[in-house]
Amino acid sequence: MGANRCAVIGVGQTNHTSVRADVSIAGLVREAVDRALESAGMTLADIDAIVIGKAPDMLEGVMMPEMWLTDSLAASGKPVFRVHTAGSVGGSTAIVAAQHVMSGIHKRVLTVAFEKQSDGNAMWALSVPTPFGVPVHAGAGGYFSPIIRSYMRRSGAPAHIGAMVAVKDRTNACKNPYAHLHEPDWTLEKALETPMLWDPVRFIETCPSSDGAAALVMVSEDVADTMNVPKAWVHSTAMRSEPTMFAGRNQVSPRAGELCAEDLYRKAGITNPLEEIDVCEVYVPFSWFEPMWLENLGFAPKDHGWRFVEDGVTEMTGKLPFNPSGGVLSTNPIGASGMIRFGEAAMQVMGLAGEHQIDGAKKAMGHAYGGGSQFFAMWIVGSEKN
Amino acid sequence: MRDVGIVAFAESQLTYGTTNTPVEMIVPTVNEVLKNAGIERTEVDFWCHGSCDYMTGQPFSFVAAVDALGAWPPIIESHVEMDGAWALYEAWMKIQTGEANVALVFGNGKSSAGDMNRALTLQQDPYTVAPLWPGLTAMEGIGACAALQAGTVTERQMAEAASRARRDGAKNGNVLVSGSESADELLSRAVTSAPFRDHDLPAMADGVSAIIIAAGDAAKRIAKRPAWIRAIDHRIDHQNLGWRDLARSTSAAIAASEVGVHNDKVDIAELHTTFSHHEQLLINALQLRPDATRITPSGGALVGNALMAAGLSRFGHSARAIFDGTADRAVAHAQQGACLQQNIVAVLEGN
Amino acid sequence: MSDKAADKPLRVRMPIGIDYKWCAGPASTDYLTGLKDGRLYGRRCPVCELVYFPPRNGVCARDGVMLGESVEVGPKGTVTTFCIVNVPFLGQTIKLPYVAATIILDGAHLGFSHLLQEVEATDVRMGMRVEPVWRDKSDWDYSLENISHFRPTGEPDAPFDDYARYL
Repeated sequence: MGANRCAVIGVGQTNHTSVRADVSIAGLVREAVDRALESAGMTLADIDAIVIGKAPDMLEGVMMPEMWLTDSLAASGKPVFRVHTAGSVGGSTAIVAAQHVMSGIHKRVLTVAFEKQSDGNAMWALSVPTPFGVPVHAGAGGYFSPIIRSYMRRSGAPAHIGAMVAVKDRTNACKNPYAHLHEPDWTLEKALETPMLWDPVRFIETCPSSDGAAALVMVSEDVADTMNVPKAWVHSTAMRSEPTMFAGRNQVSPRAGELCAEDLYRKAGITNPLEEIDVCEVYVPFSWFEPMWLENLGFAPKDHGWRFVEDGVTEMTGKLPFNPSGGVLSTNPIGASGMIRFGEAAMQVMGLAGEHQIDGAKKAMGHAYGGGSQFFAMWIVGSEKN
Repeated sequence: MRDVGIVAFAESQLTYGTTNTPVEMIVPTVNEVLKNAGIERTEVDFWCHGSCDYMTGQPFSFVAAVDALGAWPPIIESHVEMDGAWALYEAWMKIQTGEANVALVFGNGKSSAGDMNRALTLQQDPYTVAPLWPGLTAMEGIGACAALQAGTVTERQMAEAASRARRDGAKNGNVLVSGSESADELLSRAVTSAPFRDHDLPAMADGVSAIIIAAGDAAKRIAKRPAWIRAIDHRIDHQNLGWRDLARSTSAAIAASEVGVHNDKVDIAELHTTFSHHEQLLINALQLRPDATRITPSGGALVGNALMAAGLSRFGHSARAIFDGTADRAVAHAQQGACLQQNIVAVLEGN
Repeated sequence: MSDKAADKPLRVRMPIGIDYKWCAGPASTDYLTGLKDGRLYGRRCPVCELVYFPPRNGVCARDGVMLGESVEVGPKGTVTTFCIVNVPFLGQTIKLPYVAATIILDGAHLGFSHLLQEVEATDVRMGMRVEPVWRDKSDWDYSLENISHFRPTGEPDAPFDDYARYL
């Protein structure tokens, strides 16, 4: 771990929904940024550096929009940085922002991740057909559902597990005013009646397409110590990547994810993650990824992740709540989702999660992944200094 | 701050219209820089990559690049939608946190993939500027006119920059354009898109640049004479052309001041000049004295501009001058955005 | 500005058309030229010796080296996993529902996606043995689409352990 501590002192996010026709891209970004600054008790003038993250620029049709957003973020004369690591970008952006502070170079850093994907055509942008390929995929769902089938077969998981997770996340989202989907009436029975989109993945087990942004204000220890606001201390961060495809790759539980988690726990001094972590915000865009990530992150033994779901371990009342915010399954602005996870984890240990607060949460994990389950970014935040 | 030095550099042979895929371009250059450093890929703690989807014409275009790195067992790697020079900055920052000691950074771009002049329009305000489809050359033309009118750059200085770039390029060997014309000869040529003559525009290229940086003892182990990064800083200006003084590059000046360019002599300054008027603007912003400092001895991006790699190449060429003893103290610069909107400056020292 | 104007921001539709030149690259060119002749060529990694079909940029992603010799693979293969697609997407030309299967050809060690037809979707199984059905020769181009779809061979399914490590 670096010599310098870093604390999150402000978290902001937009009211996520399918089309934010009421704001420009800059307006969307400022909504999250202004809320983060307000909760930190700061203004843009206090910020030393800005780190921006988002997914492919084809989603909005603006190349390197952070260069244009400089004007809207009062960033003239400051360092502005742009991270792009596919779906994990919201998470890796938060990590790069933390490193701006942990390196000792900056004291007050603003980071924002966003996607205004209704401005373009998201499904096209996610799978632009390239020449010489075969147009068999149907977007992300078509890519991931065969992998999910492999998990179900390998683990012997019963078919209703995906629906259980979906009902949990959509119900949790009703306690989150910022979430895109607010659907209070789901039951397991109703969920199992929804149609298969890419068999074995059902309609309810799939994330929405959202416009949204999330922002964090991160400061150095000496600055944090002078401020009388709730803080989330960054205990550890970790990133890992592996190739999209190579002969013999395990796509169900990628090694990069396992190693990333191991590194994360080791640096945070965590030896028993299931006991020591109070709540997790984990990137689950298709509900079956919850049992898969439970195993990948070392919480559940191999092939037993689904049992944790069935036993209610990941419910808000369970031993290890997953996604009390409703998760990606309830809100998915692609570039922002990772930072929403990292931000929601921070909110938990800051005591700022309102109705979806897990009581007494002192240590939380934020998790994001991207590409073909190949890019992983994670952090552990705590209410106390590490 | 930890001492971090550039210890190896490799640049692909610049070309235009390659039929290789970006991955096929990256593999040899990454392997070459590892060979130049004399290390195995397993000794690299952190990999960082700079590239741009809209320049490749594909979303997530950088994802395939991970295939070029032999990322097994899984690696720690990140990507910026910026010139490779900023990937170097992220790696330098990571080393400062203590989480890495050796990093490999690279930038790649295939300018021949499309009409980059047109595509770069999309960097502009999507509501009020981009729909006019001005193109980069027109935006830069506005900037050049402003500077010429204000007198911070002269036509002669532009011609001198182009003349020197073409002559130095001939010596460098890895450029797309070279020549021996004097500034007068170049000035006698026709203006083709005012205020530019053809030689004032960048020679677009396909290429990959890669650099290895390392901390302290690791750097000394790898290179006989590391190019120590004494200071590095980057800044951005407003984008809107009406909101800033186009006759100067304020963000470049701030970055230069932050790194202490003039704390000591500057033997060479590799400036990421893409349009010829940038050279004088940057000389002004960095307060360089061409009588005391060799300006862009590699020839620079004017004679070979591989998008997203050319900025990193300036760092590489500065480092090389320190490796071979040509320089003891060098300044490396990279830029992106129209009219020198964003700039990164570093001071490199051999001692 | 009146409240009315503030409530309804202007929206502008800006079509973006940019042409790009896309190169298959040398390794893929061999593979595509093979397809034009009705042949299936993968490439072997000189380090791990596994065969990639398709050869994806000509690099072994695990070892970071260019792939080596061309190796003919298939024509038969095994379905490692699959999904049944019910949802339409932009640019889709295939009739719903359809089965998108991940197939590893005999002799290769990497799966690729293709259509599985001539079988009820509900009868498709992991481990199913399949073979390519080629379009009419006169329609052949530099594309895996020369194969219209895969269909079951009728052979017994491959044992789970044979393909489990490719999941």
